[in-house]
Parts: sequence; C-alpha cells; structure tokens
Amino acid sequence: MAFGRAPLIATLLGDTGGQILLALLITAAVLVPVLNLAVPPASAFHVPTYVVSLTGKYLCFAMLALSLDLVWGFCGILSLGHGAFFALGGYAMGMHLMREIGDRGVYGNAELPDFMVFLNWKELPWYWHGFDNFAFALLMVMLVPGLLAFVFGWLAFRSRVTGVYLSIITQAMTFALMLAFFRNDMGFGGNNGMTDFKDVLGFNLQAPATRSALFALTGLLLAAAYVVCRGIVGSRLGRVLLAVRDAESRTRFLGYRVEHYKLFVFTVSGVLAGIAGALYVPQVGIINPSEFSPATSIEVVVWAAVGGRGTLYGAVLGGILVNFGKSYFTGALPEAWLYVLGFLFIAVTLFLPKGIVGLIPGLIHRRRTALRKKQAAASPLAVARPHTGEVR
Amino acid sequence: MRSPVIAAIAALLTLVLVLPASLRAETAEELLAALAADGFNEKIAAVERIAASGDDRLVPALDALLAGDLYVRKDDNVPVIGKAQGSTVVLRDALSGSEIGQAPAAELEKIRINNRLRGIARGAIGGLTLFSADPAKRRTAAKAVFAAPQEGLYEVLQRAIERETDADIRSQLEMALAADRLALAAEPAERVAAVAMLAKFATPDIRNLLGSVAQKDADPAVRTAAVDALVDIEKRLALWASVGAVFQGISLGSVLLLAAVGLAITFGVMGVINMAHGELVMLGAYTTFVVQEVFRTRFPGAFDHSLTVAVPLAFLVSGLFGIAIERGIIRHLYGRPLETLLATWGISLILQQMVRSIFGPTNREVGAPSWMSGAFEIAGGLVLTYNRIVIVIFSLAVLAAIAIVMRKTAFGLRMRAVTQNRQMAASMGIRTGRIDALTFGLGSGIAGVAGVALSQIDNVSPNLGQSYIIDSFLVVVFGGVGNLWGTLLGALSLGIVNKFLEPYAGAVLGKIFVLIAVILFIQKRPRGLFALKGRAVEV
Repeated sequence: MAFGRAPLIATLLGDTGGQILLALLITAAVLVPVLNLAVPPASAFHVPTYVVSLTGKYLCFAMLALSLDLVWGFCGILSLGHGAFFALGGYAMGMHLMREIGDRGVYGNAELPDFMVFLNWKELPWYWHGFDNFAFALLMVMLVPGLLAFVFGWLAFRSRVTGVYLSIITQAMTFALMLAFFRNDMGFGGNNGMTDFKDVLGFNLQAPATRSALFALTGLLLAAAYVVCRGIVGSRLGRVLLAVRDAESRTRFLGYRVEHYKLFVFTVSGVLAGIAGALYVPQVGIINPSEFSPATSIEVVVWAAVGGRGTLYGAVLGGILVNFGKSYFTGALPEAWLYVLGFLFIAVTLFLPKGIVGLIPGLIHRRRTALRKKQAAASPLAVARPHTGEVR
Repeated sequence: MRSPVIAAIAALLTLVLVLPASLRAETAEELLAALAADGFNEKIAAVERIAASGDDRLVPALDALLAGDLYVRKDDNVPVIGKAQGSTVVLRDALSGSEIGQAPAAELEKIRINNRLRGIARGAIGGLTLFSADPAKRRTAAKAVFAAPQEGLYEVLQRAIERETDADIRSQLEMALAADRLALAAEPAERVAAVAMLAKFATPDIRNLLGSVAQKDADPAVRTAAVDALVDIEKRLALWASVGAVFQGISLGSVLLLAAVGLAITFGVMGVINMAHGELVMLGAYTTFVVQEVFRTRFPGAFDHSLTVAVPLAFLVSGLFGIAIERGIIRHLYGRPLETLLATWGISLILQQMVRSIFGPTNREVGAPSWMSGAFEIAGGLVLTYNRIVIVIFSLAVLAAIAIVMRKTAFGLRMRAVTQNRQMAASMGIRTGRIDALTFGLGSGIAGVAGVALSQIDNVSPNLGQSYIIDSFLVVVFGGVGNLWGTLLGALSLGIVNKFLEPYAGAVLGKIFVLIAVILFIQKRPRGLFALKGRAVEV
C-alpha cells in the first residue's frame, strides 16, 4: 500500500494549518530548551524546568490525540481504547528505565526491580529480558502496541464490527488490560506501576538538560508524526479511508478490501500512540495502570473533538489546550474540572461539531464579507456582482 | 479455704455424677459452689458435673468464668459475677443475675482458669443450652458441642435428640452426638458407626473432622471408614459447591440484568448510547439514601418500608433526569450515535461531580430493612443471603414489568411503532417526540430502580455508576440489541460464567477472561446472541 502518486511535499503545501503547526512545533523545540538552559533564571524570558516537562507532557497527549484523529477523523473508527496503546508504549519504556536503575534501588538489587524484591520474586520473568537494551525497548515501544492494534483490528474489522459496537469492545479491551495490570502477579508493578526512574541512556532524568532534550525530541517527533499522518491521509489510500468513513458498504461494493485499509490505519495509529506513551513516561516519571482506565481513553476523544475532528492539526491543538485547561482547573478550582470537562463534551458535540479549528474558516469568511461590503460601499458598481461565497 | 479432704470428696462425687443425670442430687447452688475449688482438676470436675446436670441456670456463671469475671467472696466462699471498676467490684448473683452490691477487690479472689478448663467450660455451655427454649440457642449449642466434644455429654445429647422437635436442629444434634462418639468412644466399632452417621451429612466441618480422624485415629478400621466417607463427602461437597456457584452466578447475573435492562430500552430499542446510564443508577441509589435518612429521622418505626417508598421515588427521579437529558441534548443528536456517546459521557461527568459536591466523595451508608437481612443455610455449607434472593426476584419482576409495558399497553405499542418506522408512526398521528422522551424516561427510571437494589449490595458512592457501565453495555451487546430475552440470557450467562471461573482463576482474572471471551464472541456474532435479521441490520 504505497502513498499513491501525490507527492508528500505537495500534500503538505496545500495544508495551511499544518504548516503553521509544524513551524510552531519546530520553533518550540529549538526555543524552549534555549530559554530554559541558556537564559539565566533571573531573566523574564527564562522558562523553568517544570514548565518544560509540563509542556512536554502536553505534546505527548497531543500526539495521542493525533493518533486517535487519524482513525476517528479519517476512517470513522471511534476507538475508546487508545489509552491502552499509549500505556503499553509507556510500560515498555518504563521497563527499560527500571532496568537502568540497576542496583541504585531501595533494596540495592541489581538483578530485580524494587517491586519484585518487595514481592519476593526470585528471578526476572522472561518477558523482562532484553529490556536492558535501549534499542530493544524502543522496538517494543512500537511493536507491542502495534501488535495489539493489529490483532485486535484484524479480528474486529474482518468480522465487520463497526460503529458503536467497535467503540464498546475497544473500551472493554482497555478495561481488561487495566484489570490485568492492576494485578501484582503480572510482574508490572501492580497498582503502583513503575516509578523512581534515575536516568535514560546515562543522562540524569532530573537534570534540566535532559528534560529540555526530551522536550525537543517530543516536539520533533510530534512534527514527524504529523507529517506521516498527513502523508497517509493525503495519499490515494487516504481517499479510500475517507470513503470508508462516509460510506463503508459502498466502498466495499466498489471492490476495495475495506478491512485491510482499516487495519493498516488502526495499526499505524496504535504505534503512534505507543510512541507518545514512551515519550510521556520519562518526562512524567511514572507509569501506572490508571493510564488504561476507560475514562482516560474517552477523554482523548474529547481532546480531538475540541480541537477539530478530521483535521489532524486540530487534534494536536485540542490535546494541548484541553490538558492545559485541566492543569489550570485541577490546580485552581479542583471541584470545577469535571463540570468543565462535562460541558466541553456536550458543547463540542452540540455546537462545535468541527471543533475550534472549525471556527477559523467562519471567522475568515466573515472578515472577507465585511471587507467586501466595505469595498462595495466604496464602489457602487460592484453591488451587482453575484455573491459567490455561499454557492455550493 | 477448703481442706484437701473436701476436694477429695468432690473428686469422688465426680465419679458418681457421671452416671445418668436423672440421678443427680446436687442443687444449682451446690454445683456453683464447687467451682470455687482450688485445683484445676477439681474445677474441671465441677464443670463436668454442671454439664451433666443439664441445668441451664448455670450458663451465666460459666460464661463469666470464661470471661474471667467469676470471683469468690473470701468470707463465705460463694462464687459471684463481678465487673471491676477501679479498686471496687460490682457484684451480681451468679444464678439470678441480679445486682448484689459492691465489694473492694481485696475481699474477692478471681477464679483462675487454664486452657483445658476453658475448653471444657465451652463444651458445658454447649451442653446446657441444648435444652433452651430458643431454637437459635439450641442450634448454636449443638454446633458448639460438635466443635468441642466433652466428657459426660453423651447422655445429655441423647436426651436432647429425643426431645428435639425441629428436624434441622435434630440433625445438628445427631452430628454432635456422632462427633462425641468419634472423639470419646473406646470401642472401635462404635467409632466406625459414628463415621457412618457423619457421612450422611456433607458439610465442610465434617470433612475437616473426618480428615483428622483418617490420619490420627488409633484403629485402622476407623481410619479406612473415615477415608471412604471422605471420598463420598468430597463428591457431594463438590456438587453443592457448583450449585452454590450457579446461585452466585444467577445473583451476579441478576445484578447485571438490573443494570442493563434500562440500557436495553434506551440502547436496544431506541439506539441511543447513553453513557450516563450508570449515573442514573447512582441517582437511584442516592435517592434510597435520602429516603432512608428521612425515615431515620422522621419515622424510625417504619424503616422496613423505606425501600417500598424508595423504588417508585427512584424511578421518578432518574426518569425525570432521563427525560431532561433526552429533551435537552440527545434529541439534537439522533442519527449520530458516536456524538451521542460523547455528549452523554459529558453528562455522566457532570452528574458524578454534582453528587460529589452535594453528598461528598465518601461512601454513604444505606441500611437493609430487617426482612432483607439474614441468610439461610442449605446443606453442604451453602449459605444464601436474603438480600441476594430478593434482588434475583426483583430483577425478574422488573423485566416482566417492562415486557408487559412493551407488549400490552398503548404506550408500548406506540413505542414499538416509533422505533420500527418513525415516519409511518408520525403520519398515523403518534407524537414521536413525546414517545422518544417517554421511552428514554422509562429506561432511565428503570436505571433508578436498579440503583435502589444495588444500594443494598454495593457501596453508594459517586463512582457507583462507573463500575457498572462497561458490564451493562457488554450484556446488552452480548445478548443482542433490541431484545429483552437476549438481555436476560446475556446477563445470566455472563454472571454464571464469571462465578464458575472465579475458583480457578480468581476474581480479577476471571473477569478479564469474561471480557476477552465477549470481545471474541462479538467477532463471531457482531450483533449478539439474538440478532435482528434482515435489512434492518444495515441501517
């Protein structure tokens, strides 16, 4: 399944919102570390390290929202279990970071992570082997969520489970995983999850330089992920995806193997979510089973919906904005956050089906018509010209 | 202080008094006085005589002895029950229980007790209460004797069995008698007979008893008999265990049914994904809490009727909330199921936070009326609690009520007409908007009623709804959308499968297996057990 003939560059050139987003991301990836490391703390332009990590976290969530928008906005698959892919990627990274702690844990055991010593485990379970190696962990970050998405998607799409039914079983999937990861005997730290990470690739995770580097990496990878998604939806394959979203049976009758297209895009989306999770863990410093909770996954949907479903850059914007709002409200008015989130869900579905970015064309349009009216008032001849804006 | 001579006489008397109790000569006062003896052996003898006397006026004295509250007055050597308060002791008569003033601690001597005496005293209490007028006391006594057989209870037990009228208590007594023989009879043949008698009853207690007999008994014939009986009992216990699992499964299934049946209307019949369904259940539970608070403060006497009031009230509260949600939000989203899902999720968050703001984040105490508390025991250690049984019946009644409303009433007819063909129904003069609102109100009201039932077995907290929403959607999807029988069957089979998996896999892993099984099942039958066939599916 190639991306078709339309060159990626051409796709990107026609995408103003995306261009703005990419420019902003790359600027942030360069500027924020500089403002954090090179500008003295006394200066008004200094960015404190905690802000760097917090923003980095938002970017990870934005990437998760992006991966969801790829399947929901362009293929009509409303996954209520994307948090599971995110968490699996995070766990794979967390396992590597646990191994890097080595004998510096509370129990000083070089062979076993602290929680296994605590639970009286004698040796490392087989599935922990290899995670000492960073490259292997990176592979797993993509492979595990990707494989789950592939198997789950293969089963679901082959038997034509669609719409609400698919949403409900994705929710059941993440719920089952959450229950499983809460168990101590799974060997993933039970309900405490994994934490107390020391360093990554030998760089201290608490050091501002490492934090800035992680932030820059997240920004650049998010930009790259955006380009990949844009490439997919701009290609001929992307056209088929849109057709599946809008009229699945018709597309199938035209001879397309709908389930293959869906499976491809679902797997890519799962891998992206996994990468987002892997970037999230070192910046936040903890991963635990609550990331699997169905409520977390359904919140991701609202990020994408608030920003603007089916635009990709809207999802990124929504992921950042909603989480910024969450940080603000849970700090300032903790009681109010659920009200705000609840009203966001309702308001977006009732009044803003295209999200925030859906407002922008309207604003531009109003600006232009106002401008045109002004011109018309200036030159009476133009009044007779038919109004073209509304004709479809 | 008594002389050793008297103690020796008391010991002699003991020998005499192991004879049938009808020959007893001692009065209750004399028996009580014997407890004041110095040596433990003498006290043990005294307790055994008390046990043989069958006089249950002595039970409080033995209780006090066990609790360390039995004292001897130094001046007259009479045992009394005392409660120490600082340096003085409040005294009560050991036989009548009436207060007889106070005494300084120095004038009293505590009757000391050791472990052997303690065990024998417990058995004696068991023996004495065997003749109590209260059946519950007799039952407890029979169990106590079974657990700790005593010298000298054999005749008492036989008399108790003769006089017992309640069949259930009689079999308890027979078990106690057999246990007594097994522990104390000298003849191996008698012990083998006791094993045979015990083998008639299959309970976990008897299994444990026979297990120890099979290893420890001195006589090989008794050991073989015990082993044979054990095999038989294990088989019957396994059978009862699976009966128990079925009942627990039905019980869990009925809970799932209650939570899901409202959803079967809103989702199954109307096609609306209501993620706030769990919160409507929660509102029903909180309504119960409020009703009970009112009853507690205003009409404490009528507390048993609180649930009768709570059920219709919860129906109204949740139903009205449901109608408001439908008219305010869902109405604008028909034909867009995924958007409905998101908007109702928003509603669920708001309702949760609202309840948390009003009632606080902690669990609220909801009491059970007296007719729902308690349990009865079927054979094989299988205990059924009344509240579970009531919920099973209640859930079936709710399902039946819905079926009647849908099949037999004008409203049900209109409801089915609207869901089958909206335009046609509208042109026949049915006000479809109103029917939509009422149908949604019905489904939501049922959720509230489910909340009343769930408040009896689950914690009433703002998160109550969250814990049921995924399960109830799975039930509806598994059973097949638009089919009440599917919901019933789906709920019961998920409940039973869950409970059968639990012993092997544990509660959490069992639940995970069920979730995976349902996910796989939906691959096989994407529209559930009872799917609608034909073109209606492809809407």
